Amino acid sequence: MTAKVVITGIGVATPNGLGVDDYWAATRVGKNAIGPVTRFDAAQYPSKLAGEIHDFTAEDHLPSRLIPQTDRMTRLALVAADCAFEDAGVKPGDIPEFDMGVVTASASGGFEFGQNELKKLWGQGSQYVSAYQSFAWFYAVNSGQISIRNGMRGPSGVVVSDQAGGLDAIAQARRQIRKGSKLIFSGGFDASICPWGWVAQLAGGLMSTDENPERAYLPFDPDANGYVPGEGGALLILEDAEAARGRGATNIYGEIAGYGATFDPKPGSGREPGLRRAIEAALADAGLEAGDIDVVFADAAGTPELDRIEADAISAVFGPGRVPVTAPKTMTGRLYSGAAPVDVVAAVLAMREGLIPPTTNVTLSPEYDIDLVTGTARPAPVRAALVLARGYGGFNSAVVVRAAD
Amino acid sequence: MSQEFTIDDLKRILLEGAGADEGVDLDSDILDTDFEELGYESLALLETGGRIEREYGVSFDDDTLAENRTPRALVATVNALLKDAVGV
Repeated sequence: MTAKVVITGIGVATPNGLGVDDYWAATRVGKNAIGPVTRFDAAQYPSKLAGEIHDFTAEDHLPSRLIPQTDRMTRLALVAADCAFEDAGVKPGDIPEFDMGVVTASASGGFEFGQNELKKLWGQGSQYVSAYQSFAWFYAVNSGQISIRNGMRGPSGVVVSDQAGGLDAIAQARRQIRKGSKLIFSGGFDASICPWGWVAQLAGGLMSTDENPERAYLPFDPDANGYVPGEGGALLILEDAEAARGRGATNIYGEIAGYGATFDPKPGSGREPGLRRAIEAALADAGLEAGDIDVVFADAAGTPELDRIEADAISAVFGPGRVPVTAPKTMTGRLYSGAAPVDVVAAVLAMREGLIPPTTNVTLSPEYDIDLVTGTARPAPVRAALVLARGYGGFNSAVVVRAAD
Repeated sequence: MSQEFTIDDLKRILLEGAGADEGVDLDSDILDTDFEELGYESLALLETGGRIEREYGVSFDDDTLAENRTPRALVATVNALLKDAVGV
């Protein structure tokens, strides 16, 4: 069964804004949200910049029962879930509980919560560790808490494939709808701007050490020297298109039309990286030709080798300079599992407005023959978009989003 | 010196460790209401029990939280433990 699966509600929380309107207002004009880390003292670390969400007070949005048992990423996810329901014009009780599920991605789980409990364990003793540590750190906790809070007892789960996971979760949600679920929450959130999360990411060796917020994260630029991490993500409500129309859904943002995922060959094998095959698989799944794609949202790793692989894959599939490419995540930093769902949001908003948001701060390196949208947003009709995401260790995922008719 | 554990102490620790459900007023007469009805499931009670143990220097049996299903029963049990500790 290949039912059309559409996006009918969005909850988004990024350093660039809370909610669809805020996020898009900032993104369409290229507003930078990268700055010095404020959530902890980063002075002693080689990397000192992040995309942080300011002005989010969980207590304003969530009942007190949930505060002691949740990490920051879960609080963001729960509030985004509430926003997505409201955006979709549907309430949790409107649909039978076993017809609704939650599939999210997570890259690091509740790192900050875990860090605090580890500090208590070693500083004060095991009896000081919160009982809630048993699940608050866990990768699946966002799916679990959203499910419990909203009474969603249908097929649920979590995928863990670093940044690619944000697309893998959407693909899994689409599968569950095609198997008969009416509504699945999908997307991802990560928020690990804490010392433990920081050192874990530093260990990967790909983080930028530049201290200028406008020069630190420059994918496809001759000065690319790593990425800046950010926090946040997006949740999408996915529904079967007919069921959505049946219940009178008014906000149909677009269709999840195609998906492809590959794994890179062993390093040193000399074989081609897997990204091109992921793109081709997603296009084939959508039944589209390369020429049908109006914009590519790049993974934009921000290191010369990974940028080279991505530019090569895009040029190989679309032809040199034949499709606009953008990376609005240059404004927010890389959000890990949250990054690709946010790009999917940007893609459907680009369709709605006919405007491709810019890749900020970057001057395209002459090494890459891609049409990177730099400087300011570019007006263009957008009917179909390709979103790319790669995860640390070789994950490649691609999703095609198409305008809903 | 004998220390007493009161319903107000329990409420404070419940709020710190587990918050309060919407629609539950801890300031109403809750002494004989089952913890489950107040919105505190086993994990919330585990967290609450751990905090009482730490703060008051008492030690619960595995069954203490399962057997004391109401605030009144738990307060009495904690006070009995405190009295025992002083008596030794």
